[in-house]
Amino acid sequence: MNEIKCESCGFLNSAGTSICNKCGMPLDKENDSKLLNMRYDGRAIRSKTKNTSIVDKIWNFFSSIKIGVTLIAIALIASAVGTILPQSMYIPTNVVAEEHYRDRYGLAGQIYYQLGFHELYSSWWYLILIALIGISIFIVSLDRGIPLYKALKNQNPKRHIHFLKRQKLFNQYDQYSQEDLDKLVTNIKKRRYKIFEKDGHILAEKGRFSRWGPYVNHAGLIIFLIGTLLRFVPFMYVDEFVWVREGETAIIPGTSQQYYVENQEFIFETYGNDEEDAKFSEILSQQNSAIPKHFETKAVIYEDVSEGVIGSEPELEEVASGEIIVNKPIQFGGFALYQDSYQLNEFQSMSFKLHETTDENEASIVEFTVDLTNPDSVYTFENGFRIELDQYYPDYILDDDGTPRSQTNYPRNPAFVFFVYPPGESDPEASFLAIGQNIDGTGENTYKLGLTNFDVRDVSGLNVTKDLTLPVIGLGAFIFMIGVIQGMYWQHRRIWIHPAQGKLFIASHTNKNWYGMTNEFEKIITNTKFSMLQDQEKVTKDN
Amino acid sequence: MEDLIVWSSRLLYTAFIIYLIATVLFAATIKDKRHEKTFSKIHILAISTTILGFFAQLGYFITRWIASGHAPVSNMFEFVTFFGMMLVLAFIILYFIYRIELLGLFALPIALLIIGYASMYPRDISPLVPSLKSHWLYIHVTTVALGEAILAVSFVAGIIYLIRQIDQSRTSLKTICLEIIMYSIFATIGFVIVTTAFSISDYSSTFEYNVEGQPSELEYHLPPIFGPSEGQLLTENRMDALLPTPEWMLGAEAPRKFNTLVWSLLAGIVLYIGMRLILRKRIAAAIQPFLRKANPELLDEVCYRAVAIGFPVFTLGGLIFAAIWAQEAWNRYWGWDPKEVWALITWFFYAIFLHLRLTVGWHGERSAWFAVVGFAIIMFNLIVVNLVLAGLHSYA
Repeated sequence: MNEIKCESCGFLNSAGTSICNKCGMPLDKENDSKLLNMRYDGRAIRSKTKNTSIVDKIWNFFSSIKIGVTLIAIALIASAVGTILPQSMYIPTNVVAEEHYRDRYGLAGQIYYQLGFHELYSSWWYLILIALIGISIFIVSLDRGIPLYKALKNQNPKRHIHFLKRQKLFNQYDQYSQEDLDKLVTNIKKRRYKIFEKDGHILAEKGRFSRWGPYVNHAGLIIFLIGTLLRFVPFMYVDEFVWVREGETAIIPGTSQQYYVENQEFIFETYGNDEEDAKFSEILSQQNSAIPKHFETKAVIYEDVSEGVIGSEPELEEVASGEIIVNKPIQFGGFALYQDSYQLNEFQSMSFKLHETTDENEASIVEFTVDLTNPDSVYTFENGFRIELDQYYPDYILDDDGTPRSQTNYPRNPAFVFFVYPPGESDPEASFLAIGQNIDGTGENTYKLGLTNFDVRDVSGLNVTKDLTLPVIGLGAFIFMIGVIQGMYWQHRRIWIHPAQGKLFIASHTNKNWYGMTNEFEKIITNTKFSMLQDQEKVTKDN
Repeated sequence: MEDLIVWSSRLLYTAFIIYLIATVLFAATIKDKRHEKTFSKIHILAISTTILGFFAQLGYFITRWIASGHAPVSNMFEFVTFFGMMLVLAFIILYFIYRIELLGLFALPIALLIIGYASMYPRDISPLVPSLKSHWLYIHVTTVALGEAILAVSFVAGIIYLIRQIDQSRTSLKTICLEIIMYSIFATIGFVIVTTAFSISDYSSTFEYNVEGQPSELEYHLPPIFGPSEGQLLTENRMDALLPTPEWMLGAEAPRKFNTLVWSLLAGIVLYIGMRLILRKRIAAAIQPFLRKANPELLDEVCYRAVAIGFPVFTLGGLIFAAIWAQEAWNRYWGWDPKEVWALITWFFYAIFLHLRLTVGWHGERSAWFAVVGFAIIMFNLIVVNLVLAGLHSYA
């Protein structure tokens, strides 16, 4: 390494230093008349001095602000592209993604889908982009942060005269009295500057901590990004969904069958039924459908306390109970249950009766009830009749090619094919029943089935989550906020006072907000004979 | 209760008038030929009037909150109005730091325009759906609005800087960009004028058309330049659509929104050309002479300082509070909803702005252009994302 020897004090500075670390003599002689570059107080930066090994090259790549900014700009554009069409998680769940993008958005949609933009934010390249930004933040903070810390930690109050002369705010006073100088220092102290003194040279400094702001907020971002990665660690993150019908108790998925939830009641309210909703009457009258006002599940959470042989009956013990409302989840054992969605008036059971087709009074021969969530397949009666449930479609539709099928396993639109065996017969009569339909298999059936009654209940859709990454993410966000406030709302201001040959030289520097610095200095010189510092940048420009 | 709503509207109207008066007063301070540092009675009067207007609008906000039972930031009208109010607040804060009257002369008309724009949306108080019933509604929304408003002041300073500094003696890409900004302001004024005019004349016509195979009706409040594609006019004695809306514009009310956009752009063209004919030069060139007294370095500093102040506020409201609420309501702190993504884009953008300024040294004109683009992104997120890329935050 080529060390640079300071001509003024003889101190050996490492290569790349632009201001002597000891006496403050500017080492960039070729720019003698320009303002001094005060970045990192002239310390050597690793990325600016070493560029030989592959490690250096990688280091230099990531520690470049321009590369970092370019990465952010690419992420910005990519993120924007992802909002042109809805992401696949926001398209209806019952469609095939490829067909949906093609049918709805045409060729553009097809291209969007083929390029993988429908899942852009979880694509490998987007994740790599974010990871690269993370690496960049990490390396740049070490690259710049450490030299800056060293520079500000060991400041020499006595700076070389050239250091002062090349500051943006500078003035020299040929005549001054000690009394005036004391007054000036008192004024500086009043403005809550810390004073460091050496051989009559003074350094007044305040707000140094704001210089750490960028590094603190970058540390916060790194913690945040690590937090988002932790989600991929097993057991750190659970995200499941369960439908629970009123009156039912269901295993909570994702809890290794440890927890159960009972839906005691689902409550659903819409706007317009209350007197206090009168103020919304105008809006409500314009809507085609009712606006939901409130929904909640009255739930009880149980824990299985049986010493679990697999398949043994669970022993349930209540661990929590209460209402699950949107914005108010119920918590238990590290998990949380969120009110997510609902299904109103799902069919619970349907009752039928059998009568002779020709009987106008439809006098009942037999009656039976089908439990729609768990139907029996055969119904036998004392009078010898037997009815088989041959086919059951809980959520019936006719396919495009005319085949009946069930869209879901939930009894939202039940349909049945019944075989009726009259006493002694071995050949059944087939009947097809659905809502609004009652079709006779052959058109010659002696007996006919009819719907007599049905029961409905509400189903509550609950989201199960456990997210142990949240504390890490929250901590990262908190540290980021501290750092960004620290760096943005305070500034690092310094004033150097340099007496030499009966004259006094004063220079000042701030890392930002020069307007504030100028105003502050104006206040500092009140009641003294000192005139205002000159803005040397302005002076050179005006010339 | 009814009375309260009436009073609330009156207060908003009052605030609007007071801001208008304050703008005139700020204009008077610029005309004042005395030295720029003097702080005369007219300055005090101008800023006090602004503060008075702010309190009137605060009165609107509070009375409406009491009347509706929830913070009035839950639909397009309420949120945009609130954003206008926060812009005034942000201006007041920065005025007390920098004492630049010019900032008021530009910030107040923009706030007026924003409030005027907001008033074109339905103003009835609307009920809250369950997922919005949370204290985070007003914590999140108010901080976002304040953050964005402070960032908008950076735009105000930036635009003044650009108008003052850009060479108007010849046509260049810069003067064209500046004129595009001027035009977009005229288009917004055009939107307000056209909407108000047809709303006073009670214009309405209904079309029947198909949305994803379902027949639906769509009511127009502006004469249909663009009607629904294959739409059927139901109202008698009304003009039929001149052109069909392109089919790739999806969404239930896309044809009407597109029609409104076209109307606004056309009205903007008329206003802009009319103004050019009167002035006989570029709009920015006509404003430039009034800005000679302004100190460009100070404007540059305000442009940056507003970002420095606004960025943390925006991060807190737009990302962190948003994430906390999202975690509580939907049990994921981040869901890549278009609004969220655009908040992230805004954040990325201002992060780039700050890095380029603080470490690469982009000052002055470059910085000012950045501030202008930043404001465009904020407006895009506020208007286009809500109306076009509708997601969870869809208001209108």
